[in-house]
Amino acid sequence: MATVTVDAPTPRTADASSAQHHPLQSSLSRGRRTRNRLANAWMILSLAIAAVPLLAVLVVLVVKGAGLIASTDWWTESIPSNVAANAFGTQEAQDAFGNVGTVAKTEEVVYGMQPAIVGTLLTTGLAALLSIPLGIAAAVYLNEYGGKNRSASTIRFFTDVMTGVPSVVMGIFVYTVWVLNFEQSGRSGLAGGLALACLMLPVVVRSAEEMLRLVPNSLREASAALGTPKWKTTTRVVLPAAMPGITSGAMLAIARAAGETAPILFTVGVVSATNFSLFGQNTTLSAQIFSNATQPGGESIAWGAALTLIVVVMAFTLAARFVSSKFAVRIDQ
Amino acid sequence: MTTNERADAPAVTTATAPIGAARLQPNEEIPTVVTEAVFETRDLSVLYSGFRAVRDVNLTIRRGEITAFIGSSGCGKSTVLRCLNRMNDLIEGASVEGEVRYRGVDLYDPAVNPVEVRRRIGMVFQRPNPFPKSIWHNIAYGPRVAGVKKKSELDDIVERSLRRAALWDEVKDRLDASAMGMSGGQQQRLCIARAIASEPEVLLMDEPCSALDPIATARVEDLMRELRDDYTIVIVTHNMQQAARASDMTAFFGVEVNPNGDRRTGMLVECDTTATIFSNPSDERTENYITGRVG
Repeated sequence: MATVTVDAPTPRTADASSAQHHPLQSSLSRGRRTRNRLANAWMILSLAIAAVPLLAVLVVLVVKGAGLIASTDWWTESIPSNVAANAFGTQEAQDAFGNVGTVAKTEEVVYGMQPAIVGTLLTTGLAALLSIPLGIAAAVYLNEYGGKNRSASTIRFFTDVMTGVPSVVMGIFVYTVWVLNFEQSGRSGLAGGLALACLMLPVVVRSAEEMLRLVPNSLREASAALGTPKWKTTTRVVLPAAMPGITSGAMLAIARAAGETAPILFTVGVVSATNFSLFGQNTTLSAQIFSNATQPGGESIAWGAALTLIVVVMAFTLAARFVSSKFAVRIDQ
Repeated sequence: MTTNERADAPAVTTATAPIGAARLQPNEEIPTVVTEAVFETRDLSVLYSGFRAVRDVNLTIRRGEITAFIGSSGCGKSTVLRCLNRMNDLIEGASVEGEVRYRGVDLYDPAVNPVEVRRRIGMVFQRPNPFPKSIWHNIAYGPRVAGVKKKSELDDIVERSLRRAALWDEVKDRLDASAMGMSGGQQQRLCIARAIASEPEVLLMDEPCSALDPIATARVEDLMRELRDDYTIVIVTHNMQQAARASDMTAFFGVEVNPNGDRRTGMLVECDTTATIFSNPSDERTENYITGRVG
């Protein structure tokens, strides 16, 4: 008995079907078994093909970028201006990215990326601070108060539309409305944060709303039946129960925003010195990948920045996993 | 007072509170109205999206008694129960016609605050629904919402409520453990303890034992009998033995189907002492249901 399994019948020859037949043995016809094998093979092949580009990207990134990232200079020093000089000294580059000043060529190049790392954390952090509280509040309105009424449906519809808006559109929006009108110096980490917040907001709203919808109604009823006003039910029962899911949704939005390039190019500018302030021009990792990748001598910096970005995003994702597992509460029913 | 005396007693005196007293606000004393009736419904109908789910319920529920609602599925027992603490407000499209008086106050008066109604009239649901929090936080939830802040006071309330619900000895060493890890029967007793912790005047129970095994059911029934001295209890049950065992009064609900056969409307068939309902019901439909010929 132990040797006979239904899932994996021992191979049989064509004439074996007429021979002794164990009742537990598969009686599938030969054609069906062949098709089953083909389907399995197709699935495994698809998986392998899908994994190739992912693995290739990762391998190339590590091979090309690990050397730079491993040095302390990379995390503490300014971006080497002498490498980027060829690109940013030109008139076109100044028109496109703002005046970065005249740069002198020096003999020794110190590869650093601190300005972009700081800039990425600043803009994404600001975007998270702006969009997550707002997004959660909007989701609470949609799911707890609005329900199916007209204003909620309208907001939900436009949030869905916003989710699909290309990020470059958000960039040009903030550029026209904010950068051109309010700031003398034009681009800044603040403007970049605004653009990323616009980008994150619909994602946060929709994911938080989904998580709130998963909170069983029986919990709301239980709370209401104890004489709890609705706002207290929401803040003390519904939101805590949905928090793990909301957290991971928000973390994914942050990770996505950290990698955005298009809106950053308009709004943040490019500098090679670290700027800890939200005001004044700044730079981000994604912008550095973009501007270095096509410059002679800049490729290695671009690879390093790309790997750094992946490391930063992965840190966010791991943090999200950790936070949600730490606060995970079982919700049955 | 025995149940027999009550059976012959005339309809309970109706004392209508003055209109100004229809306001139920926190900490406001309800003027003591001389009546035995805790709840009185007059021509109570509940509509879901315009469709009448229950019609014309006239019922009196008296203080210190356990009243059971029995009847087949879809006859509106739970719907009527949920009118008594305005839980139907939470269901979209539900509306109420007629009158529900709680100690003389019309519960559906616009001046009545439903949150205060629910604080005074506790409810236990069909499926145990503890919050995904610790046992301590589950019990302390109601008092904290009501404004109790001192830890020592809350500890007292938690212990008293759990003792009352005969759960203290089982959980006293793990008050910080999640309530979700308890067994179904323990969870349901926790929910009862949670309802008691808010010190309600009435306890409504909506099929509290339908998700429990016979042993857990027996424990909950014992608990109901103990609580009977302090609370007026209304229980909806599918289990006729449970109604016969545990209740003083029984209300039998029936269903009428419209000529097309697509709409079912619940109604109260009769309400009497449990002994009378189960031995000598005055309505044929009740007898058919009790004896198992229908439903």
